[in-house]
Amino acid sequence: MLNIKCPYCGDRSQKEFAYGGDGTITRPKLNQEISDEEWDNFVYLRKSPRGKHIELWHHIAGCRQWFKVERDTTTHEIFRTFKPEE
Amino acid sequence: MSQNFRLNTGGLINRDKPIEFKFNGKKYIGYEGDTLASALLANGIHLIGRSFKYHRPRGFFGAGVDEPNAKMQVEINGCSEPNINATEIELVNGLSASSQNCWPSVNFDIGAINNFLNRFFPAGFYYKTFMWPKSFWYRVYEPFIRKAAGLGIASLEKDKERYEHKYEYCDLLVTGSGPAGLASAYAAAKNGAKVILAEDKPRYGGTLLTDDVTIDNLSGKDWSEKIISELKEMPNVIVKNRSQVFGYYDHNMMVMFERTGDHLEKKPKYTPRQRLWYIRAKEVLLSTGSIERPIVFGNNDTPGVFLSAAAKEYMKVYGVLIGKKPIIFTNNDSGYETAIEFKKNGVNPIVLDTREDQKSELINEAKDLDIKIKFSYAVIVAHGYKKVKSATIGKLDKDKIDFENTEQIDCDSICVSGFWTPTVHLASQSGNKLKFNDSIDAFVPDKSKQNEHSLGAANGTFTLQDTLKNSFNTGSEVSKSITKKDEKIQIPNTNERKYSTHDKFWCSPLPKGKNYKRFVDFQNDVAVSDIEVALREGYRSIEHVKRYTTLGMATDQGRTSNLNGLQLVANVEKKIVPQVGHTTFRPPFTPVTIGTIVGREIGKEYMPTRKTPMHHWHEKNNAVWVDAGAWKRPRYYKRGNENLFEASKREAKNVRDHVGVCDVTTLGKIDIKGPDAAEFLNRVYTNAWLKLPVGKARYGVMLREDGIVMDDGTTTRISENHYHMTTTTAQAANVLSHLEYYLQIVWPELNVNVVSTTEQWAGAAIAGPKSRDLLAKLFPKIDVSNEALPFMGYVEGDLFGVKARIFRISFSGELAYEINVESDFGLFMWEKIIEIGKEFNVQPYGTEALSTLRIEMGHVAGPELDGRTIPYDVSLEGLVSKKKDFIGKRSLAKEAFNKVDRQKIVGLVPLDRKSSIPEGSHLVENKNAKLPNPKLGHVSSSCWSVENNNPFSLAILKDGKNMIGKKLFAVSPLKNTSIEVEVMSSHYVDHEGKRVRS
Repeated sequence: MLNIKCPYCGDRSQKEFAYGGDGTITRPKLNQEISDEEWDNFVYLRKSPRGKHIELWHHIAGCRQWFKVERDTTTHEIFRTFKPEE
Repeated sequence: MSQNFRLNTGGLINRDKPIEFKFNGKKYIGYEGDTLASALLANGIHLIGRSFKYHRPRGFFGAGVDEPNAKMQVEINGCSEPNINATEIELVNGLSASSQNCWPSVNFDIGAINNFLNRFFPAGFYYKTFMWPKSFWYRVYEPFIRKAAGLGIASLEKDKERYEHKYEYCDLLVTGSGPAGLASAYAAAKNGAKVILAEDKPRYGGTLLTDDVTIDNLSGKDWSEKIISELKEMPNVIVKNRSQVFGYYDHNMMVMFERTGDHLEKKPKYTPRQRLWYIRAKEVLLSTGSIERPIVFGNNDTPGVFLSAAAKEYMKVYGVLIGKKPIIFTNNDSGYETAIEFKKNGVNPIVLDTREDQKSELINEAKDLDIKIKFSYAVIVAHGYKKVKSATIGKLDKDKIDFENTEQIDCDSICVSGFWTPTVHLASQSGNKLKFNDSIDAFVPDKSKQNEHSLGAANGTFTLQDTLKNSFNTGSEVSKSITKKDEKIQIPNTNERKYSTHDKFWCSPLPKGKNYKRFVDFQNDVAVSDIEVALREGYRSIEHVKRYTTLGMATDQGRTSNLNGLQLVANVEKKIVPQVGHTTFRPPFTPVTIGTIVGREIGKEYMPTRKTPMHHWHEKNNAVWVDAGAWKRPRYYKRGNENLFEASKREAKNVRDHVGVCDVTTLGKIDIKGPDAAEFLNRVYTNAWLKLPVGKARYGVMLREDGIVMDDGTTTRISENHYHMTTTTAQAANVLSHLEYYLQIVWPELNVNVVSTTEQWAGAAIAGPKSRDLLAKLFPKIDVSNEALPFMGYVEGDLFGVKARIFRISFSGELAYEINVESDFGLFMWEKIIEIGKEFNVQPYGTEALSTLRIEMGHVAGPELDGRTIPYDVSLEGLVSKKKDFIGKRSLAKEAFNKVDRQKIVGLVPLDRKSSIPEGSHLVENKNAKLPNPKLGHVSSSCWSVENNNPFSLAILKDGKNMIGKKLFAVSPLKNTSIEVEVMSSHYVDHEGKRVRS
């Protein structure tokens, strides 16, 4: 079970969080003309990197804030956690 | 026979407190402080079970977690549990144990015929023999094998015991209270660190209890008692015995189980039997010690063969002799400590040392005590079936691959010592890749992957002086970096004997023409020959050899067999052990009861139960419950002998004819506030939201980005920048997370806040032609006319002094309202509705009637919004704005979502107007077509239409738009039904929607 430092609340057990997937994805702007391929990439395609990965977590049983975590997918080492605007 | 093997003095047991217990139905006496194993040995009982595969007689081999054989069925306080290690369970009055894996008895076991047929039971025997015919596996082979090879029997009774979970945080967790554990915990505690010291045995001290050493002129035992009592006094230290740390998980999450109740004859009322601890430690110090390695020889599994350190522990801790005529078979100095202990207790051992004329302090001491020593000697084979009676021993030749001469000598026990294996299981679980240490022929921890350090014997350090020095230093260094305190500690003086080097001898060769079974893994009955078979058959990877032979598997996890197994593979493959590598150590290190893992999360505590404020009223009025997520909802209210079908029909009919009231508190409610709230809703929902006036509600559908319908519900504009959103009961949590995601991550520029208010509001839906009359009586001061409060209108009112929100919305398709009050007044509201509604014939209705009402109206719910449907599929395309963008809109342009024969919701009625159509039925054109019969769609929801008095269903049907009027079959292989149905519009009742607007 991971130990995750919520940037708002501090260290908490993984039990309090929900995983939110790749944290580097940017949603296309509203009303933007976009090809089928680009849209499909946004909706479906995700990398499954070995090593460092920035991902989203949601503190659902706490402050209910979404934030970003830089984690190694092989060792689960967490390098930093930060607010989405950082 | 009464404790003939108990010494008159010595040991840490309490001879003033005899304890009566049973083994295989017979009564015995032991003492307080005994384990089941030591008490049986005191009574001279060695034959305790039969081996897993060959049903060979087995006896005790170790004295603690190292024990591979002594798994027993144990009954304490009426609770029967299999596979309990007799060397670990403490003796209590009334304990009753029995042997496993034998029939009819441990003395006469029919399965032992396997032993004489053993050439037919080689490695991989099950895989090879029981392959054919395939159908025989489940019916014949598997039940037979399970019976023949089963371990204990799990009780079929409900476990009456109580198990608990506990969470703890600390700076340092120290696992094991031997010299390394005590020293490091003490140093860290002195620096003010929060320390947890865990010991799996009842007594603290580890090897200090059995080794002949002094620390600061105190005996090992006295020193450990002194340290423990000091630690117990310190407020920053938790000291726990009977507590095994069995798992090392991510980010230093350690899991430990504590045996809180099993050793107590009378457990206090609220004391759990066992407790599971989740410990998050900043640093973990692994002082798990080491386990003695056996030396492999012929029939080395005969009862009476022990690890030499176990024999010593039985004498020193329990005052028990494991034999009166022992052979000590050793390749290092440890065997001499056991020999000396025997001698001190009046027993004359004979030592066989595989080394040539070795000299050391211990050997000199043994010689001074007149102990008979034979150098360059080994045990070739043990004789005796149910107990060792004699042994053939031999003088090793120079290369130690054959014997120069052999002789048979009488003995009643053989104590083996093949040097020490560090207990690296937890270090390995932490991700630490182990490295092979040539000087001790064993793996030791390498670089740490997490915050852990191995200390003392667990790290391959076998002298007390070095162990204490390293452990005090590490404890102090590690804690210093956390607490910033540096309390200097004087490292104590020690007095211990110096060991000479050990011999790498690990397995006695077979004399020419002899074919003795030589066991490597006792628990899984794996002999040298089995591993050789696996290698001959081409298995190379150690992980494959493990699985093919079962070496090092199961509860034992290779504690005594691992290295000898690797050594054997290395020898055959002409490699060295580090080239062979090692198998993965897995948690749990020792077996853990399922009860402990489950803890209190059982029965109604399995998950929280959510109850609405009106719950007790429903209960009093014969509600039959249905689970909706964690919520309890009334499915129907039973009157007299009514069944579900009759009751739901009555309730639904009453809504259509008069007025019904339904508890809708469970719907998700989200409060939305902020100047950009309208813009946000406009992006979240598929329809337009910018122009919704204050005091109006609107129905909305939200999609996922992939275009699939996520949820539906109404949202009401309470004031300029304040909205009240409702979601379905099932999706409430997901919708909130979804909204938060878009507000915090995607569009942080929107000034909007959302919060769940599901628990804050109690809701009651009143539905039916009389609902307006009822509402008028509930709110006499409000104009509730169709003009003043039209469909989708909203007004606030005063319900006999309670502030209420009134929404004119309808799920049933009838004229209907939903009233919300603060949760504390929910019951008050409900009782007022029932009381005042009497004159209008109001009746409560449950979820079953609710479903009936919405199905005949063609309103969609969970079964239609099943994560596979887009708005078009469920006839919600009219709510999809063509002008504005919203979440998931781009996906709706996808080719597959615009196919002309796309699936669509339809209604179904059986041609006979009688047979109800099972939900989940498949729709096919021809019920007799060849399989696989092309599937056109499926039945999503079914009800008995109270309006038309016949069954009616909703279905998702391919090209549904053009199928109206067609006849199909709804087949359910599960229910074995095949019903001819007619396809029609999904709106079976009031398809113009007049009633909701009336």
